[in-house]
Amino acid sequence: MHIGILALQGAFIEHAKMLDRLNVEHHEIRCLEDLKKPMDGLIIPGGESTTMSKLLLDLNMFDQLQEMIIHGLPVFGTCAGMIMLADSTSNNHVKTLRTFKIVVKRNAYGRQLGSFYVTSEILGIGEFPMVFIRAPYVESTSDEVEVLARVDGHIVACRQDKQLATAFHPELTDNTALHQYFLNMCE
Amino acid sequence: MTHTRYELNKELAQMLKGGVIMDVTNAEQARIAQNAGACAVMALERIPADIRKAGGVSRMSDPKLIKEIMAAVTIPVMAKVRIGHFVEAQILEALEIDYIDESEVLSPADDIYHIDKTKFKVPFVCGAKNLGEALRRIAEGAAMIRTKGEPGTGDIIQAVRHMRLIQSEIRRIVGLAEDELFEAAKTLQVSLDLLRFVHENGKLPVVNFAAGGVATPADAALMMQLGAEGVFVGSGIFKSGNPEKRAAAIVKAVTNFDKPEILADISEDLGEAMIGTNEEEIDLLMAKRGE
Repeated sequence: MHIGILALQGAFIEHAKMLDRLNVEHHEIRCLEDLKKPMDGLIIPGGESTTMSKLLLDLNMFDQLQEMIIHGLPVFGTCAGMIMLADSTSNNHVKTLRTFKIVVKRNAYGRQLGSFYVTSEILGIGEFPMVFIRAPYVESTSDEVEVLARVDGHIVACRQDKQLATAFHPELTDNTALHQYFLNMCE
Repeated sequence: MTHTRYELNKELAQMLKGGVIMDVTNAEQARIAQNAGACAVMALERIPADIRKAGGVSRMSDPKLIKEIMAAVTIPVMAKVRIGHFVEAQILEALEIDYIDESEVLSPADDIYHIDKTKFKVPFVCGAKNLGEALRRIAEGAAMIRTKGEPGTGDIIQAVRHMRLIQSEIRRIVGLAEDELFEAAKTLQVSLDLLRFVHENGKLPVVNFAAGGVATPADAALMMQLGAEGVFVGSGIFKSGNPEKRAAAIVKAVTNFDKPEILADISEDLGEAMIGTNEEEIDLLMAKRGE
């Protein structure tokens, strides 16, 4: 098992540490060559979606990455990573990969003072610690999307075939259950 | 498991890593910065080079300007308060700013005490020249550290000096025996707990960015190779010939800081860099403010 971690900007090292704890090999993806190395799955971390989107385009990685996901590469997006996968954003447009049939609201909980922590139930995993940092949530989904978790009625975790997305940051906790869930999807 | 506001604030800084935070003086510049790939902007009335030129007392920016910039972009917005001026910080918190920079770029309001940052819900970033300063600011509640560098000069030498010193002091602390930490905490004038964290983890307990004098993609990549987790660019962008292009190039340089072929490519044809001032030519050393 080998996982690629998109490392253009944001909290990619935190994901690498989670994979280390699960004894899974990984490499950082910062340019087109890195994207072409073999991998069984890809993680798109938290950070700023406008920055990641711009860098994917500037570094000629956008089309290749989109192609790989459409052709079945398993992918896990957290926070900004969820936005990057989304079909569209309902506010504050940013160019996304549009592989995941969800509409995402950016900065849905407001500015940094709106950031929060909560524990809540994830389908198939159970009670899970959720860290929301200037987080988005999912406003609507198409039928092929399975909702895995809601907080205050809003969708914060979901899955569509080989794609997994969370509005919160499992990589900021010491709970590896969601990463393990993703690794199972990559097998 | 509990999760404090301070932890959420340190975590926002983690999300900024590998990114570039740009000084902007109006909504238009903020949009240019965001479009170029900035991961956050610093809202201020005058960039450090102009503060230096204007002289006189420099204060927190007009809340109206800060609000306009907050409305113009979706990325986090930071703003500066004077060292020790906790009322300016209260005002920025009331504006719901994302990060407060208690900054030596402005005229200090207090020559003894920094702000007690533990009293605030919004996060603070503070400058540091060495490990002692960094850990004292963290003890006061800073959720992020940056080098002081020498703001508004376009000269990287001070940021390099500060980053090298912090990194080499961290390596020295890692190598100490457990029973030598007490004396080291006394000498550095820092809390034993924070020093113990450095000893065990080989890094600061918060994210550490480079700031002060970054003018080119190569400057930004240099700071990243020296161990910075991201870069602040102040005067370097909007004092240059082609801000859009230079800003985008610096963003790419921070992502691919260790790939000389990519750095060569993006350094090409950026127009004129800011003129800059050598350290022996300046009268006012801002980095000396607040120890």
